[in-house]
Amino acid sequence: MVIPRPQLRALDLKLLRDLRRLWAQVLAIAAVLGCGVAVLLMSLGMSDALDRSRAAYYEREAFAQVFARATRAPLGLAGELRAIPGVRDVEARVSRFVLLDLPGRVRPATAQVVSLPDAGPPRLNRLVLRSGRWPEPGRWDEVIVDAPFAAAQGYRPGDRFAANLGGARRELTVVGTALSPEFVYTIGPGAMMPDPSGHAVIWMPRRAAEAAFDMTGAFDDAVIALRRGADEASVIAAIDRLLAPYGATGAHGRDRQISHAFLDSEIETLRVMAWILPPVFLLITAFLVNMVMARIVALERAEIGLLKAAGYSNGAVLSHYLLLAGLIASVGIALGLTVGGVLAREMAGLYARFYNFPELIFSMSWTAWALGALAGFAAAGLGATRAALGAARLPPAVAMAPPSPPRFARGAVDRLLSAVRLPQTDMMILRSVLRWPLRAGTAVLGYALGTAILVSSSFFSDSLDGIMERAFDLSNRADVVLSFPRDLPVDVIAAVRDLPGVLQAEGHVYAAVRLSHGHLTEDATIQALPPGSDLTRMLDGTRPAAPPDAGAVLTDRLAARLGVRPGEVLRAELVGLRRDPVALRVAGLVPEVMGATAYMTLSGYDRLLGRPPKISSVAVTLRADGEAAFHRAVKAAPAVGGALLLADNRRAFESTIAQNMTVMATVYVVLGSAIAIGVAYNGARIQLSERARELASLRILGLTRWEVSWVLVGEVLLLALLAQPLGWALGYGIAALMADRFSSEFYTLPLVVEPATFAFASLVSLGASVASVMLVRRRIDRLDLVAVMKTRE
Amino acid sequence: MDDSSRMWADAPGAVAFRTEALCKVYETGPVRVVALDNVDLTLRMGELTVLLGASGSGKSTLLNILGGLDHASSGRVWYRELELTALGDRALTRYRRDHVGFVFQFYNLVPSLTARENVRLVTDIAPDPMPAEEALGLVGLGARMDHFPAQLSGGEQQRVAIARAVAKRPGVLLCDEPTGALDSRTGVQVLEVLDRVNRETGTTTVVITHNAGIRAMAHRVLRFADGRLASEEVNATRVAPSEIVW
Repeated sequence: MVIPRPQLRALDLKLLRDLRRLWAQVLAIAAVLGCGVAVLLMSLGMSDALDRSRAAYYEREAFAQVFARATRAPLGLAGELRAIPGVRDVEARVSRFVLLDLPGRVRPATAQVVSLPDAGPPRLNRLVLRSGRWPEPGRWDEVIVDAPFAAAQGYRPGDRFAANLGGARRELTVVGTALSPEFVYTIGPGAMMPDPSGHAVIWMPRRAAEAAFDMTGAFDDAVIALRRGADEASVIAAIDRLLAPYGATGAHGRDRQISHAFLDSEIETLRVMAWILPPVFLLITAFLVNMVMARIVALERAEIGLLKAAGYSNGAVLSHYLLLAGLIASVGIALGLTVGGVLAREMAGLYARFYNFPELIFSMSWTAWALGALAGFAAAGLGATRAALGAARLPPAVAMAPPSPPRFARGAVDRLLSAVRLPQTDMMILRSVLRWPLRAGTAVLGYALGTAILVSSSFFSDSLDGIMERAFDLSNRADVVLSFPRDLPVDVIAAVRDLPGVLQAEGHVYAAVRLSHGHLTEDATIQALPPGSDLTRMLDGTRPAAPPDAGAVLTDRLAARLGVRPGEVLRAELVGLRRDPVALRVAGLVPEVMGATAYMTLSGYDRLLGRPPKISSVAVTLRADGEAAFHRAVKAAPAVGGALLLADNRRAFESTIAQNMTVMATVYVVLGSAIAIGVAYNGARIQLSERARELASLRILGLTRWEVSWVLVGEVLLLALLAQPLGWALGYGIAALMADRFSSEFYTLPLVVEPATFAFASLVSLGASVASVMLVRRRIDRLDLVAVMKTRE
Repeated sequence: MDDSSRMWADAPGAVAFRTEALCKVYETGPVRVVALDNVDLTLRMGELTVLLGASGSGKSTLLNILGGLDHASSGRVWYRELELTALGDRALTRYRRDHVGFVFQFYNLVPSLTARENVRLVTDIAPDPMPAEEALGLVGLGARMDHFPAQLSGGEQQRVAIARAVAKRPGVLLCDEPTGALDSRTGVQVLEVLDRVNRETGTTTVVITHNAGIRAMAHRVLRFADGRLASEEVNATRVAPSEIVW
């Protein structure tokens, strides 16, 4: 028996050959589509990986749902908390910020001390022990430290360092390292970026913590797990009622737990990215496919006529061309899914190191893959439909006849152009642009989007520079900010000024406040500044300003969330300081950069509380040669609870951003170039195919290769140049959209785009365009002059 | 190379082109086609020469080599004292630019440029051109200078192509089937223009044609067959284009 060999139909064979013939153009389009699919997949994949890893981690290690702090509550109250309906479990802990004196480090480090239960490991926010063992309950000097800190300092079980615990210097021994779902993102008080070498989490046995902080039989920190289906708001209200007499600062859910909230904003950022960038790429893909398919159909007019004459239906012709677009899309989708999958995995790995997950669950959901593929096919289909329909509708008799030549007629513009007396090759460029304005316009839009992608992505770096400038150079100008566990009389400023190495010292208050307006409530920070405050300043944009002596100046986003305008009065609960709320008038608004803040004067704040002048922190500047002596003195000062080293902070911020930005900048340069290359290469190929005869006859007339090439290169350059201002505007628009969507409650991305960013974007875009048209240009050298002469137009 | 201005109205009778054992072989895979087979010929200054022959006889190949569009496989070609077969691509471009005017069967005008601008394509780069307007006047199109090719008839387009070719005051005018796409009335108009250019400017002119009737207007007629020069005749008296029997 003869088994018939499966044979491709002639039309399918043509399809595959077309694809092979067009490989360079297919690749240029596929690269653009691939970028879109890859970004979609990467953003979705990473956000998915973060989300799942976090959920699994929380579940496995019993991460609490509600968090509460008080100054000192009796341990017996834990039983009452546990009895609140909806509460499944409560862990009552002692938790404090302390200063560390690390061997070999001049500057102090900070740490959050968290107590471990007397009996066994914690039931909530369980630790994942990475090395070593648990502290012996009887040993007061044994501690577990968080693994990133241990890694940054090179600590192993058995190593020792000193800490200032409740005013007394104590030697501690590391017996283990661990990770905790509570500290996936670990950040020191007042810091802007994680700095594992300068900030630690220390877990110590409850009895040691009780003794160190004079908290025997008491707790100041509670983590609460809820039963399934419990109403979080009512549990929080019940907790607040119970803890109110003990200096409670207000219980909250995971949304305000720092580590959780940072992760939330990161996940949200990635999701937003998936909806902003890929559509740009898909749009350009559709446009490129449209351009190329229209040309193919134009070139194959006679063949289409032939096919129809031979009896192929309109549907067959339609599906033939749609299938070609489908194949182009398949190449792009395959490229995008592969690259996107790899990128997502790599980036997720980077994230796993930046955020402290014991393991990262990376399993791309099939919906992400399917969405990527679907979007790719949709874009290509959208682009091909017009040309394919045109081919299907072409009557065979018309198709077999050559198309009518382009109609040029002399218009007003031509009279103007002849007055200028341009070289004829420039005239050819201008006429081509003017005769096909739609085509030129879409090309301009394409180039503009390439530039826009570059502007909008580089915007992050400018914006973060803007944050740095505002956060450090303009508002927080001190070298070190010393903070105290509770507010102290202003004499402490003089005491700090007497410490060795100090140049300037200024006292301030940082206090947590709960602001309400009508039914709206927001948590914020009060910053109270002395008159003429120089080291810590309120900013109105980039201009330093002083808060008025009466009322408070609010950051604009906070005011918007509270729905208040200047002149209106808020209700302010000063958590842990005053039981009953006070009235606070809104004196003005300033743009927000780092978090929701209400600015006041120190005297205004003290009046609000009805107390003598006090402060909660002192900002200092140091003499260059006095740093070591100052830090030695601080480490030994019992009253100091924290030391925020702004220079270290800035360094951590800059290095994190530099790392991220290098990776991201590279990615975006690739993305932006892909667009420019896709548009320029395909545009030039089509121009060449349409004008081969014209260009060859110019060569015959004796124009040099370069003079002839200029017709192609010049048009691409002209359109690409025209596109730049539009690209800047579009990029600025996308940046504004991103700034708005990415700003979280922790910080506001200022909409800053430096002139250098526009210049860089245009340089990359123009460079990619010119490089790709140069590739096409080489084909002019290979034009068969003799053959051209002999053929009919 | 830089004597093109003197070329315009050069001494009649001097040698314009000379070939020596000129061969052109096209090889595509195993197929070997001999287009020109040992051709020796001489074309003289100021003459209008007609090349006759069937398709594939080698006349177009000869024209392409004379015009610097194609390379010989072997043998040598001189344009006056300049050996074309020794020139590289860049020098051939320069040669075309300075000395050669081409007229093609399908006009090869740039559709996005007007008649005047198509001529300027050449006058912009030639060392000693005549004004584009003068060239168009020479071919009788002074009134249609600002029309685009699509607004002109076939004959008019071919006359623009001739104006474009002569505007640089070329040493030689090479025409490949200039009337091939035209009806007889328009064809005669085009031939009249070529004749006039040849008479008034003394430009050496080579015309390829299938139409044997055209030979009557030439000084010299070369007949090609199978890549060889089959015969050469000199017309004692030339016939005006209008009298040519089509």
